[in-house]
Amino acid sequence: MPMTITEKILAAHAGRDEVSPGELINVKVDLALGNDITAPVAIKEFGRTGVAEVFDRERVALVPDHFVPNKDIKSAEQAKLLRDFARRQGLTNYFEVGRMGIEHCLLPEQGLVGPGDLVIGADSHTCTYGALGAFSTGVGSTDLAAAMALGETWLKVPETLKFVYHGALPAWVGGKDLILYTIGQTGVDGALYMAMEFTGPAVASLSMDGRLTMANMAVEAGAKNGIVPPDEITRRYVEGRAKRPYQFYASDPGARYARVYEFDVSKLEPQVAFPHLPSNVRPVSEAGRVEIQQAVIGSCTNGRMEDLRLAAKVLQGKKVHPDVRLIVIPGTQEIYRTALKEGLVEIFLDAGAAVSTPTCGPCLGGYMGILAAGERCIATTNRNFVGRMGHPQSEVYLSNPAVAAASAILGRIAGPQEVC
Amino acid sequence: MILAGRAHKFSDDVNTDYIISGKYKFKTLDMKELAKHVMEDLDPDFYRKVAPGDFIVAGANFGCGSSREQAPLAIKHANVAAVLAKSFARIFYRNAINTGLPVLECDTDGIEPGDELTVDPAAGVITNRTKGTVIPAKPLPPVMIKILNDGGLAAHFRKYGGFNFD
Repeated sequence: MPMTITEKILAAHAGRDEVSPGELINVKVDLALGNDITAPVAIKEFGRTGVAEVFDRERVALVPDHFVPNKDIKSAEQAKLLRDFARRQGLTNYFEVGRMGIEHCLLPEQGLVGPGDLVIGADSHTCTYGALGAFSTGVGSTDLAAAMALGETWLKVPETLKFVYHGALPAWVGGKDLILYTIGQTGVDGALYMAMEFTGPAVASLSMDGRLTMANMAVEAGAKNGIVPPDEITRRYVEGRAKRPYQFYASDPGARYARVYEFDVSKLEPQVAFPHLPSNVRPVSEAGRVEIQQAVIGSCTNGRMEDLRLAAKVLQGKKVHPDVRLIVIPGTQEIYRTALKEGLVEIFLDAGAAVSTPTCGPCLGGYMGILAAGERCIATTNRNFVGRMGHPQSEVYLSNPAVAAASAILGRIAGPQEVC
Repeated sequence: MILAGRAHKFSDDVNTDYIISGKYKFKTLDMKELAKHVMEDLDPDFYRKVAPGDFIVAGANFGCGSSREQAPLAIKHANVAAVLAKSFARIFYRNAINTGLPVLECDTDGIEPGDELTVDPAAGVITNRTKGTVIPAKPLPPVMIKILNDGGLAAHFRKYGGFNFD
């Protein structure tokens, strides 16, 4: 029976020749992930399972990234729970402040996830690793506890939606614009319970950073996972990086899809998601006059090297608008270091931006850039729900890094072609 | 397990921040305290109005957003017996089962606020006693019924030493 790439990876991890959409299966987990919000609950539930040791101390990754460096006493105590558990269990993949990164930037960079893997993480954006040709999905803390104990989890085999992106991408248009446009087409529940398979020449031309951005936001369409067929770009990314053997899977000709979407993206503009849903998108040229007080460039969606390079290209020799705070957050220590070496950090500082150590911080309204009532922020993050970045009467607009940088310069939502 | 109570109605796309706002979620792991603020931004009086055994009835995509288990736990600790919706965000759905909160997919258009309902999660049958109608729901798979009856996944694990799919 012909299968999709998602079905093949699930079958392989269930020890089966084939699986069909709708089946409940038990699967082996290659890596289980938790952060400083979800892992404390998982560690407590792990204690209740009656299992003493994690199934494999190299396959449980704990990354404190949401509220570290600790924002207050409560977050300090949560982070300490992770640290103590990691020590007690002898976990090899615990990442301390100064050596860490935002989890979904860090794990691919460190080669801890790879093509053909099955990864679960107690964070909804765990779907990011689909960019490598892995099956990866978000779960809750109790699921994480069970996976830490047994190295297994249960899954319902999802139906797959196939997306084919035709044409060459115009300037300033990348993975963020493709995924925002797609969510605008499907709605926030258009891919509910399903796999999103991203294909076509425009996706094949994306760098790994652009693909990671796309897969990252599959959950904003309700999807279980997003996945990009691995190719030469994937091979170049994982070679010399992967810490475990990996395997390339491809969808069979004749594989069944619940629906196939075909988009011509050769004339696509940078997209902006208006409050308060990621599906509320329009081209930047139709944004109208929206003044902003803050811009955030970073997050598990857009905190990688390519994102910082794009932002720096727009900001070089320019100044952030007097009424705007620009906050730039490199996704990992390595990205931070590379940005320093390439002179990007100097460009940001010269422009009048604040540059932070890696953290999820403002994206979820944690700290490091909370909005007051009535304030507007353009952000390269992934959600613009009511009160997401602070006060319930503040607003978040989602865009790619070039649009966020241009908007920071002009003090209103604008495309990069207005300043470059 | 047969559940009986009144309906409290909500719309589509109720996200996890509406279920329990971040400003409380990050402050405490005390579920009794969190339960007082459930659905507060959509209905400030919800916690006072809900009687033990009542149901949350919603539209499509209930529980979209974050993966945090405080959302179903806070609902459960507000003494809500089950959530009925046209569809659920998948992480919320898993978390609900794993923490012992029954969730059922069904057509909720015919249910109005205050309707008296009887719900049989295993059979997937909802009876609207106020309107005298029977609404079919997608029955929960046996493994989920088992996890629910055991009181959640951790208790299920302690009982069987792992997943029991048989």
